[in-house]
Amino acid sequence: MIFDLADILPALPEMILATLALVLVLVAAYGGEGAQNAKRVTRIALGGIVLALMLIWSGTAADATAFGGMFKADSFASYMKILVLLGTFGALYMSITPLAKDDINKPEFALLVVLALVGMMLMISANDLMSLYMAVELQSLPLYVVAAMRTNSLRSSEAGLKYFLLGALSSGMLLYGASLVYGFAGTTSFSGIAAAVSVDQLPLAFIVGMVFMVSGIAFKISAAPFHMWTPDVYEGSPSPVTALFAIAPKVAAMALMMRLTYGAFGAIEVEWSQVLIALSIASMIVGALGAIMQRDIKRMMAYSSIAHMGYALAGLAAGSHQGALSVLIYMTGYIFMGAGSFAIILLMRRDGQSATRIADLQGLSRTHPMLALGLMIMMFSMAGIPPLAGFFGKWYVFLAAVNAGLVPLAVIGVVMSVVGAFYYLRIIKTMYFEETDEPLDTDMPTANKTVLGVSTAVILLFFLGLSPLLDAANVAATALMTQF
Amino acid sequence: MIDNWPILSIVTFLPLAGVLFLLLIKGDEKALAQNSRFVAMWVSGFTFLVSLPLLIGFDSSVTGYQFEEKAVWLAGTGIGYHMGVDGISMPFVLLSTLLTPLSILASWRAITHRVREYMIAFLVLETMMVGMFVSLDMLMFYLFFEAVLIPMFLIIGIWGGPRRVYAAFKFFLYTLLGSVLMLVCMLAMYIDAGTTDIPALTAHQFAESMQTWLFLGFLASFAVKVPMWPVHTWLPDAHVEAPTAGSMILAGVLLKMGGYGFLRFSLPMFPLASEFFAPLIFTLSIIAVIYTSLVALAQSDMKKMIAYSSVAHMGFVTIGIFTMTEQGIAGAMFQMISHGLVSAALFFSVGVVYDRLHTREINAYGGVAAVMPRYAVFFMFMMLASVGLPGTSGFVGEMLVLVGAWHASSWVAFFTATGLVLGATYMLWLYRRVMFGAIVNDQVKAMEPMQMREFSIFLPLTFLVLLFGVYPMALLDVMAVSIQFVLDGLSASGLSLLAEN
Repeated sequence: MIFDLADILPALPEMILATLALVLVLVAAYGGEGAQNAKRVTRIALGGIVLALMLIWSGTAADATAFGGMFKADSFASYMKILVLLGTFGALYMSITPLAKDDINKPEFALLVVLALVGMMLMISANDLMSLYMAVELQSLPLYVVAAMRTNSLRSSEAGLKYFLLGALSSGMLLYGASLVYGFAGTTSFSGIAAAVSVDQLPLAFIVGMVFMVSGIAFKISAAPFHMWTPDVYEGSPSPVTALFAIAPKVAAMALMMRLTYGAFGAIEVEWSQVLIALSIASMIVGALGAIMQRDIKRMMAYSSIAHMGYALAGLAAGSHQGALSVLIYMTGYIFMGAGSFAIILLMRRDGQSATRIADLQGLSRTHPMLALGLMIMMFSMAGIPPLAGFFGKWYVFLAAVNAGLVPLAVIGVVMSVVGAFYYLRIIKTMYFEETDEPLDTDMPTANKTVLGVSTAVILLFFLGLSPLLDAANVAATALMTQF
Repeated sequence: MIDNWPILSIVTFLPLAGVLFLLLIKGDEKALAQNSRFVAMWVSGFTFLVSLPLLIGFDSSVTGYQFEEKAVWLAGTGIGYHMGVDGISMPFVLLSTLLTPLSILASWRAITHRVREYMIAFLVLETMMVGMFVSLDMLMFYLFFEAVLIPMFLIIGIWGGPRRVYAAFKFFLYTLLGSVLMLVCMLAMYIDAGTTDIPALTAHQFAESMQTWLFLGFLASFAVKVPMWPVHTWLPDAHVEAPTAGSMILAGVLLKMGGYGFLRFSLPMFPLASEFFAPLIFTLSIIAVIYTSLVALAQSDMKKMIAYSSVAHMGFVTIGIFTMTEQGIAGAMFQMISHGLVSAALFFSVGVVYDRLHTREINAYGGVAAVMPRYAVFFMFMMLASVGLPGTSGFVGEMLVLVGAWHASSWVAFFTATGLVLGATYMLWLYRRVMFGAIVNDQVKAMEPMQMREFSIFLPLTFLVLLFGVYPMALLDVMAVSIQFVLDGLSASGLSLLAEN
């Protein structure tokens, strides 16, 4: 088979990053030991991400398929890729601070993140069962390794192993579902599947395949009841890794879920929307109730992310253009809330040791007023209090749900958001209403300051940029809906 | 030309400029605290001055909204930036801009730690309150309505009393739960009407079955805000734990958000459901008036007693609104403004003695009148206004509500009047126990007399209570046309129903 340039050009950003990853292998191997080299590798990786971001932003890679239709670049993919790239950039940027050195002082870290990033971008652009599975695996395997990056810590190894075992299970489900779908449709391409499902009679096995595939992806976005790995992995992994987990892979997996449901299975919306509604309700409830009991802020963020995925799925379950649009808006707010929160969680150290209990935040408003203000804004936003970003996400998600006649889902959602508000308020209470005599360390690296500043500004002024954002999300949602 | 100035936007966002300024000032702790007080005082005072053109330039003969401002926000989605005031919202705007500088003044000495943050919270609160009253877009309204919770949560939680954390959480979660149900209804309204513009929604006819649900959703939110029995329990806790100024704003303005919401949304947009549910509202309100008055009698904490009296007084407001008569609604409006002034003054009165004795237990006082005679006069005046003495604004509101209630049902009027008697009982009893009698507590003897600062807070409130008491038309004229507009809408929808049958 001969590739001509036009057939691979749409994947240019991915190819640049993949090539970069290979170069980074050499730099990591021959660049010497220690922190200096780790820093160098990370800097090069950040440069590559910026380059990919610029390429996608400028629209070089828009609206085309590549690799014989297995790869799709459209404005939906661009939108989601920008989110993933921004999120990964933020997490990686914060990992090169001197504070994080005892955690992930290894050149491989950035390299593995870049590989996972390529996987995430391919997930977003997947247009075929084959490329879907390859992309999911490419994204997952490096992440299993980085979860266990802190080799001298039992918890980190446990997190890596747990993540790997459950991730392998979900991959298996995904693969099994894919094989059933392929068996029925006779093709692996999404457009072929979409054409095959538009016939009237669907065998039960096909529906089973679809449910298995959706469940497999639900693992990746940590929707309940497939969420069990999330709290342990969040808690056990080194904090910069947790930051990455919390932001980027969720967006990529959500994009894949959207491509699959709205695209390949577009004609059987009735079938999958029931599954999504169940996942959504379960996630909202598990996320809200589970977080109440947590003492560790990373575990709490894990449950919080489960709840957030529940809200996003509520929009997705609407199965409409509006639903797709609402998920895009929701995920946009989500990555900034995640990045901003983790910018602070990464700084939670006492005498150089990571201190991530919620109680460690006591009196933060006295000792670190700016951090406390930032975290307070993030928490209010996650609780969905206007006029912050989180509110607009919820507004559009529930708008789509109500418009699709899913009023009970919306009511459960808003009631659960009140339960959720309780634990977000608890963080604010700890920071503002309580005093401490053991303050956290005061070092504040530029990276964290920058990420926190940018995220806070975006969250606070979200309403100002909402109009252009809606336009962009509208174009992206239209591209998603008119795939075939 | 001053006519073309976006006065409402300026009034709304000017306090935020003060917040920016407060964030920038530097200095050692003491200087910072003092500067913060002055900045907040000047900014809120200036905001009040800027809001005065709303009163002067207001044309009370015009139906519809004045000082309107429109701008594109989310083009093509029916959601926009729209502000304006009518006779119903304009008095509340001025009430908010007046009470904010007064409550900042009231916290001058009471707040000694984290003064800058405190002042920031108050200025943000002012923006949210004013923004909520002037919004003519439902989404904007919700943004402000809900965002009020953030500064108030912090004010109670950081500067409050011993059980402040419990009170702050209760306040926040109770209110939020009500509001999110309203949010779902707002989504449904937006989908049905295709716009969130309030005048357009008022003109839109919602199906009767839909109105029922929408009404209940909005009721969930406004009933908590007002608060109505049985969802009032957050209020006594919040008031007792909040600092004096927090209570002043809470009772003075935030409680009115519910009543304002009924008049802006429930009555004009869901007229059929409003009529259907009026008996329910009457029942709840009557229970509130009588039950909370009895509870107030049993209190030993001054602030808690006044908090319960607020619930009773707001019961009058909801009765007045749902009589759907001209007198009833005008009375409810009057009562809200009057209660805003009187309850703020009463909470401040408690604050004055609390600052000196650091207790709110009624038994710790007694004989205060002998030590602080001028204070005794102001307190008595406000206490009588709260009871509804003729010549004070409290009388006019209660009188009109009673007349309106009589139109609705003589039973409603009877029970409402019972509440009046009970109200007089506990307020007079409170006054006697605190102000008269022998001085049993030695600390009372040592209390310093009233300061100029405290005097200057009482003075404007007293003046307004007296003005509205002897010349009620000053306020009634402003509201009349807008109330008539609400009533016309109600009877028009009734007529259309008859025509359908």
